[in-house]
Amino acid sequence: MSEHTIKVFDEELQDLARLVAEMGGLAEKQIADSVGALVKRDAARAQRVITADDAIDALQHAIEEKAVLTIARRQPMAIDLREIVSALRVANDLERIGDLAKNIGKRVLALPADFYPQKLIRGVEHMSSMVLAQLKQVLDAYAGRDLAKALAVWNGDEQVDAMCTSLFRELLTYMMEDPRNITFCIHLMFCAKNIERMGDHATNIAETVYYMIEGRPIADQRPKGDDTTAFAAVAHG
Amino acid sequence: MDAMTQMQFSETPLQVAAGMKPDAELPVRARVLDLSFYYGDKQALFNVTFPIHDRKVTAMIGPSGCGKSTLLRTMNRMHDLYPGNRYEGEVILYPENINIVSPQVDPMLVRLKIGMVFQKPNPFPKSIYENVAAGLWVRGIRKKSVVDDRVEQALTQAALWDEVKDRLRTSAYGLSGGQQQRLCIARALAPDPEMLLLDEPTSALDPIATARIEELVMELAPKVTIVIVTHNMQQAARISNFTAFMHLGRMAEFDLTEVIFTNPRDRRTQDYITGRFG
Repeated sequence: MSEHTIKVFDEELQDLARLVAEMGGLAEKQIADSVGALVKRDAARAQRVITADDAIDALQHAIEEKAVLTIARRQPMAIDLREIVSALRVANDLERIGDLAKNIGKRVLALPADFYPQKLIRGVEHMSSMVLAQLKQVLDAYAGRDLAKALAVWNGDEQVDAMCTSLFRELLTYMMEDPRNITFCIHLMFCAKNIERMGDHATNIAETVYYMIEGRPIADQRPKGDDTTAFAAVAHG
Repeated sequence: MDAMTQMQFSETPLQVAAGMKPDAELPVRARVLDLSFYYGDKQALFNVTFPIHDRKVTAMIGPSGCGKSTLLRTMNRMHDLYPGNRYEGEVILYPENINIVSPQVDPMLVRLKIGMVFQKPNPFPKSIYENVAAGLWVRGIRKKSVVDDRVEQALTQAALWDEVKDRLRTSAYGLSGGQQQRLCIARALAPDPEMLLLDEPTSALDPIATARIEELVMELAPKVTIVIVTHNMQQAARISNFTAFMHLGRMAEFDLTEVIFTNPRDRRTQDYITGRFG
């Protein structure tokens, strides 16, 4: 696309994109670190995740401020307007991802020390790799204005949801086997749910990228794989 | 997309708001059909085609020299005032179904039906009253009580009555720029025109006067069909229902204003409205 006659407008849009990319990078790191802390039971790493969330929040504020100022100064139209609105939306989703990672960090600190169900933790780790891959791909799609990549992420959320549902079932089994497992399993359940929510936010970003490029919202219903009613009826006994 | 889905994801279309099917064509007041225009040998408009919807505001935008003012002036035969100008194609006015650029049609008749307001306020060097009454006198409406009523009505419609009712016999030149422009609008409205053409009506006015004129346009819109040429894109975005983007004498894109300014189809339109032109 050609440049604006007023050069500083281009610079402002580039700054906005750069801030979003920076925020995205931080969010990816938070996901990796929070789950890494969970897998290794690394309290120090978990604490770093909790503290690092401030940087993500600060970036969101910077993006908002920059977006508002650009709108006030430039009265953007069409693609420019959609870009700025998209930056605001993406920043929101990334900030929520940051909060969810911080929450996982807090739970790592609260976990009982003696219980370590390998299979479950591997399940959570696997789900987080899927979500991290989704986030990386959608941030690439955003930076590269890549519609195909965005749609791939949008369709990929179903897998994450299905993984979460199966984890829930397993956690239930553990809890039913032995009430001493309940505390740990509840924490793990929340962690799994957080990661599933991160996946949803990545999908939100995909919808935003679609809107930014196409100029209209995705019309279809998002494919959903999380069937939270699946484990509702549990046989007692 | 069916009508329900369409409404879910977009503003209620103008048609639905008017009680019609979502993609039915809104009533048309005039149709520009394959219109070309020549200043002597120089062609300024090339096969322009678009509808002017009844009692809606249609904005025409585009860079300098794109032909928007030329196009506006064909609609009340201003070009006839100078020799050597030539029209090809048609501008059909409804419901009369006449081609107003046809040489068989008297330009005076066209100007009686289609009024124009110019960029620089140009009241006659007469009193406020006489300015507004002139259009009525020309049509043979002379009975004082009728003229008085119509003058008051026009000045009220132009949001000027309260400011001038006690000095109708004073010179129009005593008014401020913004007031003079509203007077010109009242003058154009007095003969009850079918269409009002506004050629950059606020370019010479300060922001407050501009806002008042914009407000006036929006108030008038449900009663009279308006076509406005403006180089202020935000103004076009604010007050028009439809926008036509002109480029080098051609109609580059015509659509709902909200579409033109959020998601235009033509690359030239997007370049222009985002300030990438040149």
